[in-house]
Amino acid sequence: MKIIFHLVKKEFLQILRSKFMIALMTGVPVIQLILLSFAANYDIKNLKVYMVDNDLSPSSRLIATTLQGSSFFDFKGYTFSQKEAFDALSKDKADIIIEIPHHFERDLVKENNASVQVLINAINNTKAGLANGYVQAVLQDVNANIRSEWKTAPQLNSTGQIEVVSVNWYNPTLDYPTLMVPGILAELLSLLTIILTALNIVKEKEIGTLEQINVTPVTKFQFILGKLLPFWVIGHIIFWTGLSVGKMVFGIPILGSLLVIEAFLSVYLFVVLGIGLFISNMAETQQQAMFVAFFFIMAFILLCGLFTPAENMPQWAQWLNIINPLYYFVEVNRLVIIKGSGLKIIAPFIGYMAIYAIGINGLAIWRYKKTT
Amino acid sequence: MAAIEVHQISKSFGETKAVKDMSFNVNDGELFGLIGPDGAGKTTLIKILVTLQKPDSGSAKVDGQDVVSGYHHIRNIIGYMPGKFALYQDLSIEENMSFFADIFGTKIEEQMELMGDIYKQIEPFKKRKAGQLSGGMKQKLALCCALIHKPKILVLDEPTTGVDAVSRREFWDMLSHIKKQGISILVSTPYMDEAARCDRIALVQEGSIIALDTPKGIIKDFAHPIFGIKGDNNYHLIEELKNMPGLRSLYPSGEYAHLVMDDKNQSSEEIKNYAAAKTHQKIEIEPIEADIEDCFIEMMQHG
Repeated sequence: MKIIFHLVKKEFLQILRSKFMIALMTGVPVIQLILLSFAANYDIKNLKVYMVDNDLSPSSRLIATTLQGSSFFDFKGYTFSQKEAFDALSKDKADIIIEIPHHFERDLVKENNASVQVLINAINNTKAGLANGYVQAVLQDVNANIRSEWKTAPQLNSTGQIEVVSVNWYNPTLDYPTLMVPGILAELLSLLTIILTALNIVKEKEIGTLEQINVTPVTKFQFILGKLLPFWVIGHIIFWTGLSVGKMVFGIPILGSLLVIEAFLSVYLFVVLGIGLFISNMAETQQQAMFVAFFFIMAFILLCGLFTPAENMPQWAQWLNIINPLYYFVEVNRLVIIKGSGLKIIAPFIGYMAIYAIGINGLAIWRYKKTT
Repeated sequence: MAAIEVHQISKSFGETKAVKDMSFNVNDGELFGLIGPDGAGKTTLIKILVTLQKPDSGSAKVDGQDVVSGYHHIRNIIGYMPGKFALYQDLSIEENMSFFADIFGTKIEEQMELMGDIYKQIEPFKKRKAGQLSGGMKQKLALCCALIHKPKILVLDEPTTGVDAVSRREFWDMLSHIKKQGISILVSTPYMDEAARCDRIALVQEGSIIALDTPKGIIKDFAHPIFGIKGDNNYHLIEELKNMPGLRSLYPSGEYAHLVMDDKNQSSEEIKNYAAAKTHQKIEIEPIEADIEDCFIEMMQHG
């Protein structure tokens, strides 16, 4: 125990001396959190619309004015020329073309049925999907208005309509930072702890100090614990600094208990530190360690469900998430912070992380013994 | 009991046989030198003895304990100074030493008797980071850290490589001082002139020991007349004389070229006459005593 204490003391002496490390621990997470949460945004506004109106009827003008009145659309042009609209689309001056055919209003009234052509630029499919939804909503709205105007007497055989009204629970206004801050925090924490641990151990290998330590009574187990404990503490500093920033800058509501988050965090950190340790076994130089760490971290981030819901991924990707610690942390963070889940819900996650931590650290120590 | 016993140790890295069947003993209280050029297998052997690597075959004991099964005991009683400076560059002299003292459960002040003389030389700079020290000071710091737990046996891998001539001499003085305190020392070096400072030496070449004796004993076995020869241009001189009848070997060595002849009764006059016919250079020639380097070259070329 005494030896571990001396190893940890030495590690802190080195960490606190390095300005770079201190900046990495405090500045980087805060800046990243603020940048990413403000800049990355799913809300799509100002969709550029061109309308080709071949009908010029009150109904078609109603569509135009509704579009103009919406903040989601930027009404760029109102024309009779299909060619002009297509030009705008190909020059990226329009995202959406809405074409109203001849006799649109007449068909609608007489035959109770008329079609409108909507063309959407689908270079970015997320944006196109949302644009389509918005246009549909506008057209339905207009449709309802026109019907109520023209059909004064309701038809007896008209079919009843079911209207779906949705309410967003836990994040009623679909506030973006509320959704993203807990996730980005989980991502930053994992990234930094994996890289810092891996680089730190490989540095001792590279400089040769590891060899010097190996010719002392310090055992491998003591050495590794002496490395993991300081970074376990640093992981805590990064996380709680980040969460405080999230609370103060974005005012994200923290519904659940901080103790539940802490319980998960303290186990979770041993998982990411174990991954860092495992990477340090595979690398001989800090450069190599950096690349290996990036390989894992990129995969973890893209699969974890932070940017696209994990449930939409193909089955094999969802299986990969079984060993993706980030997936669990993003999930737990959101559950506790946004939904207010308690220990009962989170306990299985903690249990699984404990098994994972023992597994990955065991594997890393076993490999460590074989290679040195 | 011998401090270190090496018995038919071999170690390969892939196709390369780094150490081939080496055997020797380092006696208690002895200063033993492993002398050989780069790539002779010195470092590999030392790493096996300090329990950093395992031998492929053969066995070795340090302080009576096997290097594989008794590694824990060995790590407590040896001091090891690797060839490459391997202390924390971002910690000061004092912090590095305290750290190693802590690990061994001792204190710097308690070890002053053994390393006080060396520590005094770096003490004025004790707040300075190890990474900012000169080569000579780094070496002294590394030695202090290797001595901090009062080891029974000190193992040094090329401690004087890359250090200036004055610091090298100082360093060997320090080793003699440490030896007087009853510590057995195994040291490796590529510098043949340092061999004379050892009690016994092993000449190592391509993973094998080619001679094992006291430095004097090795020189005594040199059985051929040797001359130092100097001309205006030694390089051309060697070219011009290389076909001389009865010549055993001829190679540059500092200011002179060393010339070894087969015939025990060879006189310097005869060589001078031959040279006069071959070259226009003004030459000096005189019989000299062989040194360890001459012995080493003799064994490499004719052993």
